[in-house]
Amino acid sequence: MAKTVNVWIDGVHLEVPDSMTIIEAADKQGINIPRLCYHPDLPPTANCGVCVVEITGNPVPKRACCTPVAEGMKITTNTNKLRAYRKTLVEMILSNHEVVCPTCAANNKCELQSLANNLGVDPDALPSILQKKKVDDSSFSIIRDVNKCIACGRCVTVCNEVQTVYALTFSDRGIDAHIDTAFGLGMANSPCVNCGQCTVYCPTGALREKSEIDAVWEAILDPDKHVIVQEAPAIRVSLAEEFGMELGTVTAKKMYAALRKIGFDSIMDTNFTADLTIMEEGTECVAKLKSGSKRPLITSCSPGWIKFMETYYPDLADCVSTAKSPMSMFGALSKTYYAQEQKIDPAKIVSVAIMPCTAKKFEARRPELKDSGFQDTDYVLTTREFIRMIKEAGIDFKHVKEEEADAGMSFYTGAGTIFGATGGVMEAAIRSAYTLVTGQELEAIDIQAVRGLEGVKEATIPVPGFGDLKVAVAHGLSNARIVMDKIREGLATKGESPWHFVEIMACPGGCVGGGGQPYGNNMAMRARRGQGLYQEDKNLPIRKSHHNPEVKRIYERFIGEPNSPLAHKLLHTHYFKRSVSNGQVVEEVTHKHH
Amino acid sequence: MKYFRSHILVGINETSVAAGVHDFVAELRQEINKHSLQEEINILETGPLGFFGKGICLTVFPENVNYENVKSEDIPELVSEHFLKGRLVKRLMLDSSGKFSPKFNYDQRIVLRNSGIIDPESIDEYLGVGGYEAWEKALLNMTPEGIVAEVKKSGLRGRGGAGFPAGLKWSFTAPLKAEQKYVVVNADEGEPGTFKDRLIMEGDPHQLLEGIMICARAVGATKAWIYIRGEYKLCINRLNHAIEQCKEYGLLGRNIFESGFDLDIEIKIGAGAYVCGEETALIESLEGNRGNPRWKPPFPGVEGLWKYPTVVNNVETLANVPYIIKNGAEEFLKYGTPECPGTKVYTILGDVAHPGLCEVDMGATLRTVINEYAGGMKKGFKFKAALVGGAAGVILPEKMLDVKMDFHSLNQYAAVLGSGAILVMNEHQSIVDMLWSILRFFRHESCGKCSPCRNGTQQLYSLISKIKAGEGTMDDVELMLTIAQTMQQTSFCALGQSPIMAIRSAIENFREEFVDITSK
Repeated sequence: MAKTVNVWIDGVHLEVPDSMTIIEAADKQGINIPRLCYHPDLPPTANCGVCVVEITGNPVPKRACCTPVAEGMKITTNTNKLRAYRKTLVEMILSNHEVVCPTCAANNKCELQSLANNLGVDPDALPSILQKKKVDDSSFSIIRDVNKCIACGRCVTVCNEVQTVYALTFSDRGIDAHIDTAFGLGMANSPCVNCGQCTVYCPTGALREKSEIDAVWEAILDPDKHVIVQEAPAIRVSLAEEFGMELGTVTAKKMYAALRKIGFDSIMDTNFTADLTIMEEGTECVAKLKSGSKRPLITSCSPGWIKFMETYYPDLADCVSTAKSPMSMFGALSKTYYAQEQKIDPAKIVSVAIMPCTAKKFEARRPELKDSGFQDTDYVLTTREFIRMIKEAGIDFKHVKEEEADAGMSFYTGAGTIFGATGGVMEAAIRSAYTLVTGQELEAIDIQAVRGLEGVKEATIPVPGFGDLKVAVAHGLSNARIVMDKIREGLATKGESPWHFVEIMACPGGCVGGGGQPYGNNMAMRARRGQGLYQEDKNLPIRKSHHNPEVKRIYERFIGEPNSPLAHKLLHTHYFKRSVSNGQVVEEVTHKHH
Repeated sequence: MKYFRSHILVGINETSVAAGVHDFVAELRQEINKHSLQEEINILETGPLGFFGKGICLTVFPENVNYENVKSEDIPELVSEHFLKGRLVKRLMLDSSGKFSPKFNYDQRIVLRNSGIIDPESIDEYLGVGGYEAWEKALLNMTPEGIVAEVKKSGLRGRGGAGFPAGLKWSFTAPLKAEQKYVVVNADEGEPGTFKDRLIMEGDPHQLLEGIMICARAVGATKAWIYIRGEYKLCINRLNHAIEQCKEYGLLGRNIFESGFDLDIEIKIGAGAYVCGEETALIESLEGNRGNPRWKPPFPGVEGLWKYPTVVNNVETLANVPYIIKNGAEEFLKYGTPECPGTKVYTILGDVAHPGLCEVDMGATLRTVINEYAGGMKKGFKFKAALVGGAAGVILPEKMLDVKMDFHSLNQYAAVLGSGAILVMNEHQSIVDMLWSILRFFRHESCGKCSPCRNGTQQLYSLISKIKAGEGTMDDVELMLTIAQTMQQTSFCALGQSPIMAIRSAIENFREEFVDITSK
């Protein structure tokens, strides 16, 4: 048990655990100490100095973010001196920052902007000391604009400690100190897995997705093109917060309406291919279970995870499901099944995906994902880009009248929608795999053990005729490492994986916490979005993927059955080994079924 | 034992090596042999002689004569005049006027008492002057608690700059139970104008090793690291040599003197970042990471190198320890002031007659140090100011010449003793130029981790450059104070907290210079 201590913050007495820092104690009490580099989800980098407070008996102020509370501590957060220091600090930061707020991707979400505003800082108080540096736009997914970077170090922390990817680091020193990839080779030539957590935690907009908005507009406005759009499960619970509605509200039907107003020709839904993924992956899983394989099956939906696996665990690539992600299944089907059904020349189809994810931009450009005869997915927009398009089109999202999606590839079940939260794919898969193995329906389909934000979740599901199905769920790549190391160790020592089936999502919280989600994110917000998805699941009439009528229809009319040769051609893929130093492909390690 | 009429001590240090001292010694030996004096005159290659003459310097005993800047072509005259005929060569003497003779009272030295007297590359010579007796005493006749208590009693304060009581520091680590503890020696001497640790290590490496051993025993560390500047080649060679000798003599290694105590000392070469003199940045660097400071607490004494309890001490601090243990705290307390006992090694440079190294009682005034140990001002120049404590120090004007130099007294004037560097400026030097140079240094050496320091050092440098160019205003001068004050209060480590010292002392003591240059 943690000891508690008595502290006084601005005269308010608090009894808090001695493991807390001053800022945590203050936050608990609702005292908002001005801060910049501190983020509640991350260990403090203690770089900015803005959160300094006075502690009785200390001649020099201390950083609230990393000073632990102690018995009898008397803390003052707001004095004239402290306000003067904070102002000077922010003036100095602004003097080394490209101040282009009106056009910045982070405008109105920028923590530096709002801090400067709150403190009443004059941006021109000090002469600029900014040394302009080249913007790193080498990556398909993420742009790094060092000129807007305030070197708070959050991206380095999230990349190295939360995601254990080690793509970003501090380079050089003094005024030249900046955040960079190894040898300054750029994100595209680093082990970056494009998860985009750096963009979400960046306080200033120095890190953002590579925008494809203009290309999408161009396609939409081109009369020769037929633009089909899909939206990931997490999108429908991540728009409300940006348009004055309650965080986590499900806005699927407003989303469809907005897409139609923007001008997309065909409005479908990734949730449909999420259900389809369950059929493909579930069938693969059942086949593996029945074969008595000692190797686990690991999910493959998360492109950040896939590149991470290819970089750090290529020896276990054969354990990863060959099923493409729901996005890439949709892409391949949009230019085959959909084109055939609608009698449209697939060459004219532009397939757009709206994703909570920056890594999907990289996935869409994978050279091997061309099974439709074209690049399966043409453009990927993040949630942030989609929000910008809604605003650009002048749509009053909050008041827009709800509409339905177009039929064919849009119907979804509760199982499909919970793909957006950590544990959702596992839960959806169990609901259907149970039936595939036993021929019976699972009754207790709310599988609480795999829900929630614990880093690694485990569950054992008794399956008649099989025995105990052991599963694990990990989100965030440091947690993925824990699970993968155990699998690697289990296979090496006992010849057996500790689990049969494993879900891994690159981003903490799953897709609701994706790297393409709105700025100003934290774990609590991710949880609320996830709850929105579980609420929708509960309200939907059908909650198991194998009961999705459009899924049944596509198997009847087009694919045949799960894991059929055509399914393997269009809906499955293979993996590569990548270099740890630069992320480039070294060799193919699994091969595609033909 | 042989009896020699005279001993020529040849100072071997970086400066004399650069001046070709090795060839010089060979030639000197030849010349002595030519006159068949080899049985009468002994040539001894030793460490720094304690005065900082130009080029190759010699001290001759028992005559107690110092020669400086001696060149090969001077050898015939020197040998035939001095060593054959007994006539001093005035023109080569440190002070040819004969008026100034730096104080070389070896009885009053602690840290430098062997420096320039014994051959630093010979453990036997160190043993011959009572070396490693303290180590033997500490290991066989004292408990670790007893050692800590003795050092506490001596009042020894850290000589790296901050003046933290060494015994107290040790007492945090000593009682901790840990599977591993470390002693780390901060030999990354980076404060501009400071080179005392180099001369301590060059002149008497065994004394430092003995101090490390005693400290390790006191706190229960079985491994010590000397983190040393890469530029200090001679120190590194001599320390490595000394460590090898200690291992050979059984002073280091496993089960030393059958006591059951193990100790290994290893050298780690730094890459020259100023911030790595900050103990937590030093530890990061030692671990192989970027040299960024860590947040304290936890302090290194509790959680340091590889998260194990670690005592980090400066070279000079540890070099005092053998004396304290061997002679007892009472003897040590006879030096210096009650608050700051002992001596301080200073490096005096700038416009003094004899720039160099000296060891002076704590509490001596700046005037004493300059006049008695450095020969006063350079001929024809007047004292204007002294930068005391390096870049992180303060600029003291003439009216402060009689302030006592110790941690305690200087603090009362918002000044610091720091590393013990004294840079003396004459009346023609510009304080603005000096400040510009200091602020350029900080801008270059900021690690860039925290924004107060990263942006602040650049802003300060921009402002002082503008002022220096005659384009600044008094508002810019005030702005420098505001920025430096904010940095002092909000920077992550001591580096960003330091520029205020020089800036404030420059502006307060020499305000008219800033008024002049900004009103042009």
